[in-house]
Amino acid sequence: MYQYDKYDQSMVDARVAEFRDQVQRRLAGEITEDQFKPLRLKNGLYLQLHAYMLRVAVPYGTLSSRQMRLLGDIADKYDRGYGHFTTRQNIQYNWIKLEDAPDILADLASVEMHAIQTSGNCIRNTTSDQFAGAAADELVDPRPYAELLRQWSTFHPEFDYLPRKFKIAMIGSETDRAAMKLHDIGIQLVKNDAGEIGCKFYVGGGMGRTPMIAPVIGDFVPPLQMISYLEACLRVYNRYGRRDNKYKARIKILVHEIGADEYRRQVEEEFAHILTLGLEPPAAELERIKGFFEQPGFDANASEDLDLSDPDFALWVDQNTHAHKQAGYTIVNISLKPTGGIPGDASADQIRLMADLALEYSFDELRVTHAQNIVLPHVRKADLYTIWQKLDEAGLANANLDLISDIIACPGLDYCALANARSIPVAQKISERFADLGRQRELGELKLKISGCINACGHHHAGHIGILGVDRKGVENYQLSFGGSEGADTSLGTITGPGFNEDGVVDAVEKATDVYLAQRTEGERFLDTYRRIGMAPFKEAIYAKETVNG
Amino acid sequence: MKIITGNDLRTGDVIWWTGQGWSRLVNDAVAVGDDADAIIAQENDKQVVTDTHVIDADTTSEGVRPAHIKERIRALGPTVRMDLSLKPADPAAAKWVI
Repeated sequence: MYQYDKYDQSMVDARVAEFRDQVQRRLAGEITEDQFKPLRLKNGLYLQLHAYMLRVAVPYGTLSSRQMRLLGDIADKYDRGYGHFTTRQNIQYNWIKLEDAPDILADLASVEMHAIQTSGNCIRNTTSDQFAGAAADELVDPRPYAELLRQWSTFHPEFDYLPRKFKIAMIGSETDRAAMKLHDIGIQLVKNDAGEIGCKFYVGGGMGRTPMIAPVIGDFVPPLQMISYLEACLRVYNRYGRRDNKYKARIKILVHEIGADEYRRQVEEEFAHILTLGLEPPAAELERIKGFFEQPGFDANASEDLDLSDPDFALWVDQNTHAHKQAGYTIVNISLKPTGGIPGDASADQIRLMADLALEYSFDELRVTHAQNIVLPHVRKADLYTIWQKLDEAGLANANLDLISDIIACPGLDYCALANARSIPVAQKISERFADLGRQRELGELKLKISGCINACGHHHAGHIGILGVDRKGVENYQLSFGGSEGADTSLGTITGPGFNEDGVVDAVEKATDVYLAQRTEGERFLDTYRRIGMAPFKEAIYAKETVNG
Repeated sequence: MKIITGNDLRTGDVIWWTGQGWSRLVNDAVAVGDDADAIIAQENDKQVVTDTHVIDADTTSEGVRPAHIKERIRALGPTVRMDLSLKPADPAAAKWVI
């Protein structure tokens, strides 16, 4: 993992001291809320429905056990004993006191973490593949590039006041596990026929009220020009992105309105200019960073053997582990989606347990996934049973990865000041309706995503089944959509029709799965069947009179 | 009726204007009639409350009930963590929100 140098640490420490002073002045009444609000937001501190909420950045979703343990300790010391892992691979605390915020940031700085740029119209935390550096299908480890991007984007003065917030995802595998094409910029590290590495730039994707899939803008940018190309992409956006209407201010609107070809032309022109300025970090810096991401000391003789005689363990292994590039090792996915639970929430004890497991069994590394789960990226197969037992004791051995109960859900109206409807109760009811694991496995991969408002933090546009909560004259109502996807086959869901109340949408989901089971052919996922047979059979089933309510 | 709510600057707690000061209990909220703007201006000047705003509410047999679900959730706490709400011993309290 990357470790701060003296510049990183001094920047973060200075920011803590600066914010401590700002908080003291606010509490003393020396500055008004209008003056203070942008300052606290610059440090990830929001005011939500019940209290202040602190969003902590987890750079490209990667954590050490020391960092993870501190996140658990913060939950106990300053919050109410839990944290919420988000779809941007970050963690949020929901019950923060303003007077404690500087101390929390100081604690975070002590383990090389912060909450900088987790709010505001700036470049947010870069997200990445949760299996980076471990996946068997990986072409290039994206983490050094993501770290370079982190350093470039942190406190970048030119991009501190963009028309709107800006989200970048970076992957290095053919399989997209980071919803890359639904970001402002998605960068895929690829190799050409000569084996050279290049950056494929997708620009202008996003969810929210105007979901768009990013077109390819740069086919094969040399890695040592990646930052210059990013500068060019951002400069064109910063220059021409709309500032008069926040709903039309994201880069996706600019790319859409002027067209991908014209946007590309302008980027190329700017790129050529930037290359003359020498803005690109020296190659030696990328090499220095790569040194922090060397392959851990794997046991070359690690056994591939696995005793699967315990059926519950066998189920979990089948569902929640992923192929590792190193023989004798595997990637463990820890589901934060217990039946009836709150997606993405983990107690302080659970967080610390995961930290302990990472230290003992996964070369001190964890990952946060955009699906609100946790990953132990480098686990010896010989250790799997022990790990599973410890997870099971802590309520963390749910064998439901990528199944219908592995639901992405935003905090919704239970916590979020922007939300129009609650998301979590719907997720809970669906997971309870489909609690039987055998039934879930029979349904196979089915990605269900719920947002409590059109901002789409719950990624509903990209759900095989998506649910959007809306406010209908003060009453919660839920729109259903089918056919979204976030991987290589990225697509946007289509709304089924009139919305449902809370129970009605759960019934409608169940009826949709019945249609799928009746209509699927060999090997088809829910998404595949929907794409083959279209909306009509599903609409016919879900709008049968008894389920319509709205 | 119109009532005033906000958040305690220091703790972030949801609070309600009682006519004399601020309470965490929505049932302590009082109707402010046409005085809302003056009260908010006066309280904002004290710099101890933030995000002050006026909302619609009704008086029911159960007490003061904010008109909008968002404000009812603010008044109670998260419906999915009743243990963290203002009525942790009343599992049915979440129904009040709906």
